[in-house]
Amino acid sequence: MLRFIANRFLQGIIVLIALYTITFFLIKAMPGDPFTGEKNIAEETKELMREKYGLNDSVFTQYFLYLKNVFTEGSLGISTSKAHSVNEMIGQSFPVSCVLGITALLIAIAVGVPLGVASAVRQNSWIDYSSMAWAMIGICVPAFTVGPILQIFLAMKLPLFNVAGWSSPRDVVLPAITLGLVTTAYIARLTRSGMLEILSQDYIRTAHAKGLPISRVVMKHALRGGLLPAVAYIGPAFAALISGSFIVETIFQVPGMGQHFVNATKARDPFLLQGVVLFFGLLIVIMNLAADILTGLLNPRVRLTQE
Amino acid sequence: MNNSTNSDAQREVGNSLWRDAFLRMRKNRLALVSFWLVVLMLAFCFVVAWFCPNPDKIDLDNKFSGPSASHLLGTDQLGRDIFSRTLFGGQISLLVGFVATTVAIGIGIVVGAASGYAGGRTDAIIMRSVDTLFAIPFLVVVIVLQVVIAEWTKNASGWIVENWDWDKKLTSRIANIIPLFIALGLFGWLTLARIVRAQVLSLKEQEFVEAAKALGYTRMRILFRHIIPNTLGPTVVYATLTVPGFIMYEATLSYLGLGVEAPNSSWGILIRDGANFLETEPQLLIIPGLFFSLTLLALNFLGDGLRDALDPKASKD
Repeated sequence: MLRFIANRFLQGIIVLIALYTITFFLIKAMPGDPFTGEKNIAEETKELMREKYGLNDSVFTQYFLYLKNVFTEGSLGISTSKAHSVNEMIGQSFPVSCVLGITALLIAIAVGVPLGVASAVRQNSWIDYSSMAWAMIGICVPAFTVGPILQIFLAMKLPLFNVAGWSSPRDVVLPAITLGLVTTAYIARLTRSGMLEILSQDYIRTAHAKGLPISRVVMKHALRGGLLPAVAYIGPAFAALISGSFIVETIFQVPGMGQHFVNATKARDPFLLQGVVLFFGLLIVIMNLAADILTGLLNPRVRLTQE
Repeated sequence: MNNSTNSDAQREVGNSLWRDAFLRMRKNRLALVSFWLVVLMLAFCFVVAWFCPNPDKIDLDNKFSGPSASHLLGTDQLGRDIFSRTLFGGQISLLVGFVATTVAIGIGIVVGAASGYAGGRTDAIIMRSVDTLFAIPFLVVVIVLQVVIAEWTKNASGWIVENWDWDKKLTSRIANIIPLFIALGLFGWLTLARIVRAQVLSLKEQEFVEAAKALGYTRMRILFRHIIPNTLGPTVVYATLTVPGFIMYEATLSYLGLGVEAPNSSWGILIRDGANFLETEPQLLIIPGLFFSLTLLALNFLGDGLRDALDPKASKD
């Protein structure tokens, strides 16, 4: 098990370095620098700014300098458009994205797993068909359609929630539902197919033959194996919920990390963009590692074949 | 399995993979309906659209009008025909979905087949790189890549207009969507490479490959004429399921203002614009949203149906 974890850890570090290298050169390939668009700043000032941010050094010096700063000081640089430390900006917005992501994930698990289990146990019944149809609709209707519709019906017509903003705990509900919709659908589908596979195994037939009630067969015998595909998906899905929520954050004006990413892309803010991308990458690597370990614990075969 | 690429030869055999699949597919009503829905959508967006009113014609005296003979589904906030805007927007959305998928499929087949066929160290290096790229946040890198390529194509289109005397509007319209093809295609091939590699690994041990070797065919010929055609089943399934994914990515990018730009328009843009008038004029969001979601639904069901038809073992669940 330890070797398995060490292996995965090393792979995670390689992923992060690859991600840094790809995005670094992509950002360098973006035409112009953060100051070319500013017409109100004198040319000499721009030159001073470039000097200050180290944008005049050779590309390779910049590449290694940033890497060195990340490793020695944990510093992700300073945003050229907001003139704040990137660490601080992420520190302020990450908790917001985190709360939103966790709520969305909890909703997705709470709805998706029971739907999937019920569909598998009653395969080809109306429960199966209707919940799988709902799951497919959840995958095919984009957040930017669901979000505004929720705003109209649950915030304007029925004033249950605020239309947008992030001031009271209730404000998390609508964005979390919107964000969690696709994840709910995938979890339901994965749980269903995982459970179907397990329910056709011999040991389940044995459990039935012993006269156990269905609820006990499902809960005690099938669930552990049947949830494996969903568990493997939840780790990456959580990272995706946090890093991929820019649409939902835009619709509901949530001050999370997604807005920094979008703004940084539009403003050509190299350090903010790099910092946010690296942070997303780190999050995904950690979540994948956690999912691998969890899968290894639930299913010893995985860990034996991959060691 | 028959390894000939000649369709006449396959028909003589009678029970080829594709014929079998076709027979199974015919029984799957949901997949059939989806297939015709996709065909209908393509016909509407690429044929019927040209017989509709100009989607960019502004008529301020006639805004938010209801359905009428001249405007089938009414007009938007600038008096433009909603039906024709939805169809022309669909052109871009579908084009991005299909072309980007083609790019991804091309890369995926070549990389996967090369990796599986070469084996050994080449295989190990390629598959390690694929694993690494897999863990990279897809949407984030695509957005950055898209911005970079968009800048290049913008410059290139300016150069083409100046030197080759192309139509300026048309060139900039084309230049606006090419980055989406490349950015999505360049990162969307990873799963397919894995699928094709696994297929090639098992195919290259089979007798017909040995027979081809005994006949003295070159490795390239064996790979392209005998092995790759046999991987097409899973490839077609994967492609059908990738198109809706890419259409969704395109809509997401355009929604954020990082993809398709005016005068081009796509379903993502129409939905974004429609959301502003949702309270009073809900049809502005609902009509393009319905076209968008129906297309995605049909493509997903079609992909599921094809998978069941081509791989009967997997169809049990």
